[in-house]
Amino acid sequence: MDVLNALVLFANFVVVPATAYGAQLALGALGITLIFGILRFANFAHGELMSFGTMATILLTWFLQAQGAGIAPLPTALLALPLGIVAAIAAALATDRAVYRFYRHKRANPIIFAIVSVGVMFVMAGLIRIIIGPDDQSFADGARFLIRAQEFRQVTGLKEGLAIKQSQLITVSIAVIVVLLLFWFLQKTRSGKAMRAYSDNEDLALLSGIDPDRVVTIAWIITATLATIAGVLYGLDKTYKPFIFLQLLLPIFAAAILGGIGQPVGAILGGFVVAFSEVMVTYAYKKFFSYLGPEGWAPDGLVQLLSTDYKFAVSFIILVAVLLIRPTGIIRGRVL
Amino acid sequence: MKRRGVFYFSVMAALLLAVGLGQSWNVALGIINLCLISAIMALGVNMQWGYAGLFNVGIMGFTALGGLTAVLVSMPPVTEAWSAGGRGIALAFLSLVATVVAIIIARRLVPPLFKIWITIVIVILGFLLIRVFYEPAVEQIEAINPAHTGYLGGFNLPIVLSWFLGGVVAAGAAWLIGKISLGLRADYLAIATLGISEIIIAVLKYEEWLSRGVKNVTGLPRPVPYEVDLMAADWFINLTAWFHADVTDAASIFVKLCYAGLFLIMLAAIMWLAERALRSPWGRMMRAIRDNRDAANAMGKDVTWRHLQVFVLGCAVCGIAGAMLTTLDGQLTPSSYIPLRYTFLIWVMVIIGGSGNNWGAVLGGFIIWFLWIEAEPLGNWLMRMITLFMEDGFWLKDHLIAGAAYTRLVLMGAILLVVMRFAPKGLIPEK
Amino acid sequence: MTFLSALHMTGGYGGADIIQDCSITVEKGEIAVVVGPNGAGKSTAMRAVFGMLDLREGSVVLDGRDITLMAPQQRVAIGMGFVPQNRNIFVTLTVQENLEMGAYIRNDDISETMEQVFALFPILRERRDQPAGELSGGQRQQVAVGRALMTKPKLLMLDEPTAGVSPIVMDDLFDKILEIAKTGIAILMVEQNARQALEIADHGFVLVQGRNRFSDTGQALLADPEVRRSFLGG
Repeated sequence: MDVLNALVLFANFVVVPATAYGAQLALGALGITLIFGILRFANFAHGELMSFGTMATILLTWFLQAQGAGIAPLPTALLALPLGIVAAIAAALATDRAVYRFYRHKRANPIIFAIVSVGVMFVMAGLIRIIIGPDDQSFADGARFLIRAQEFRQVTGLKEGLAIKQSQLITVSIAVIVVLLLFWFLQKTRSGKAMRAYSDNEDLALLSGIDPDRVVTIAWIITATLATIAGVLYGLDKTYKPFIFLQLLLPIFAAAILGGIGQPVGAILGGFVVAFSEVMVTYAYKKFFSYLGPEGWAPDGLVQLLSTDYKFAVSFIILVAVLLIRPTGIIRGRVL
Repeated sequence: MKRRGVFYFSVMAALLLAVGLGQSWNVALGIINLCLISAIMALGVNMQWGYAGLFNVGIMGFTALGGLTAVLVSMPPVTEAWSAGGRGIALAFLSLVATVVAIIIARRLVPPLFKIWITIVIVILGFLLIRVFYEPAVEQIEAINPAHTGYLGGFNLPIVLSWFLGGVVAAGAAWLIGKISLGLRADYLAIATLGISEIIIAVLKYEEWLSRGVKNVTGLPRPVPYEVDLMAADWFINLTAWFHADVTDAASIFVKLCYAGLFLIMLAAIMWLAERALRSPWGRMMRAIRDNRDAANAMGKDVTWRHLQVFVLGCAVCGIAGAMLTTLDGQLTPSSYIPLRYTFLIWVMVIIGGSGNNWGAVLGGFIIWFLWIEAEPLGNWLMRMITLFMEDGFWLKDHLIAGAAYTRLVLMGAILLVVMRFAPKGLIPEK
Repeated sequence: MTFLSALHMTGGYGGADIIQDCSITVEKGEIAVVVGPNGAGKSTAMRAVFGMLDLREGSVVLDGRDITLMAPQQRVAIGMGFVPQNRNIFVTLTVQENLEMGAYIRNDDISETMEQVFALFPILRERRDQPAGELSGGQRQQVAVGRALMTKPKLLMLDEPTAGVSPIVMDDLFDKILEIAKTGIAILMVEQNARQALEIADHGFVLVQGRNRFSDTGQALLADPEVRRSFLGG
């Protein structure tokens, strides 16, 4: 019984939240890795792209809520999501035409691209703060919990409860659907194969008549879609705050590098590894161990490896470990 | 080329003069002081980017380390805290050293296959050992007069010393991070530095025993006179009478002038060294590596080692600027360190000024800081123009005016993008 | 009328001219081989034919059509296939996907062409679902040639196809190239292994310092004592 309690406790505070967070990171890392693979640069504006798509979704959600439109018990944001994605795609394509295309045609150094993406980041960050303001925004509605801790306790008779938020289930299911669609696209369609070919060997792809502008356009469309979904899911699960997206950049980059740059499967793996490490390392195991130990025994202190204040350090440590041990990532990615 | 530089600097001087005459000398000097510090930061980044083509996105962290050093050097030690937890912290530190030594020795002894595993094992053991001493010590230290101290304090030395030590501390951190990520693909350094800077800020925010965390350390001793003392001093009152100036204003201006003098000396010294380095065989080699890494590699130059040198030097300069900044502020407020302001803004300075050109970096520091400050009235004005024809109380009008402060972000981004596109060599291009 | 006639080509990559007054011609169903010492501009001449460098002088005419100013991608569309020397396959794509990408510009049914490629290189059929990067050197070259054949080119250009493969694989590859030529495709090939290449060549062009030094049938060049002494090692 105590073992079960410990497991439920662990599931409730580690597995469930880390799975949802991992799915959000994975979607973000997929976008980073796609841009890495196709445009070959570290996109520092990616967080702002997530933020932008989410902002558009939130504005539309508010509008729908005011109109009384909704799809209860699901959150209204899901109804607004497609248009939010369209807005993010428009923003991504506009920046590509206005900014990146010039450097692409010049075949500029990846670092130049990265610096330019900093400029894009500034502009987007400023616009977002002007449009929606710098503060916390709540936009989640619909049912909050699928399983409440209370109910779980009553049904199972365990001391520990397991709560699953609706947003967590939505996050995971949407992430699964999106990832399956993405892989189907990359593996089975002509355009998807052309993207992989372009990422693999740009010169040969050009020689084969693959249109680089088309590939890049598709890459931005997918990236903006994934970014918006990731941002909205993160916002539903936690909260939307413009400044958080610059901080999310680090775990997302860590996930992409851990998985192997330019490797979509790796990005997903990386997302979950980063999320689970972050949650597990900062979780206080005191109660968990007290269930497993003998009666009346409890460890001193919280049994917490790192204080939650340092959760960003976890991504960094993972990043450093990868760079030291296997710079190509789990799945051998490109090392230029 | 030289004329162009003189022209830009004259325009800059004229702008600052205009602020002095139009707004107030206090404001103008406030801007100038931060311009000087920004110029030093830009010089540091220019060494890395302009000389060697390294993309450092962790400037904020190295600046903050300089700030931390300023606190640790200048504040008086909290003796009770030392007696309560000093031993524990010292033991924790010794354990850290022991762990590192153990890892180095163990890695020499075991076959290559086990190196990773033995390292991981020792890291975990060392981590647990450190915590044994560290946690109780931290608790004891933070319990002592938490409203005012709750930390170990510093060494009660002149704060100017921290301007040099801040550079040393930042250099140490840079050495570690450079060792790991230089030699890999170029964007890894960017991401690794982004990470280290976030961690440094996290340490500053949450390690209260070290620098009081978000409770901030205030009232750092100054290297220049205090306004109150000036206002009480006879010679100063006489001086202001001679100028027919208001004593309060004059005191504030005098203090700012003192800072400006000190900062100018620092800037001039660093500038002189940077220019000498750039023209030395070392500097020529750096640029050769930047322009053609493969060729330099083929010639037998150790590119990674050279990059590490310049990376450490550049970060040291950022650390120096960070210590100066904290000195000027008179306090360390970790929550004010945000990457847009302390990392990416410096990048805009370097790019606009002219990468590879030290004078350009200094000019960029001045221009961008000036714009950063003056963008606020500019943004307000712009928003008022846009909303001129909207009715008062109309929601969009209020909303836009409330968001005016953020036009500076858009402006900075736009400047960066325009310069990169149309004048990639910056205002004062490299010779 | 000559199928491909690239005449009096002069040009380089921005700097000094690498090839000067260089002429290369190929007939349908024939194999033309460009040989010469290292740095003679062999590969450059081929890249010039394919439009990968700007010509200052000279012209390229394919099947009676002047294509001197055409971009490489368009040349692929009108029937030129090019196999670069390095990085000539998509290593992370499967063999079949490599072939599909070769046919990317085609909008008709490509299964017949793929069958032909598989018939020519049976090992590729076996390995069709394997990533091309996992194949051996000789098999990779087969993928590279197969990829270029997918557009049903009328002229196939090969830049040192036997670089870095074993002699047995080289012989095998030359046999396949002869087989391809028999289907009526014109083949233009740059080769380091001059003797073996000239043996299968209908025409040979010996380039020295970017200029035509000798041009004759493959057999005649092999028999020419001066060519033998200077370029074939006696």
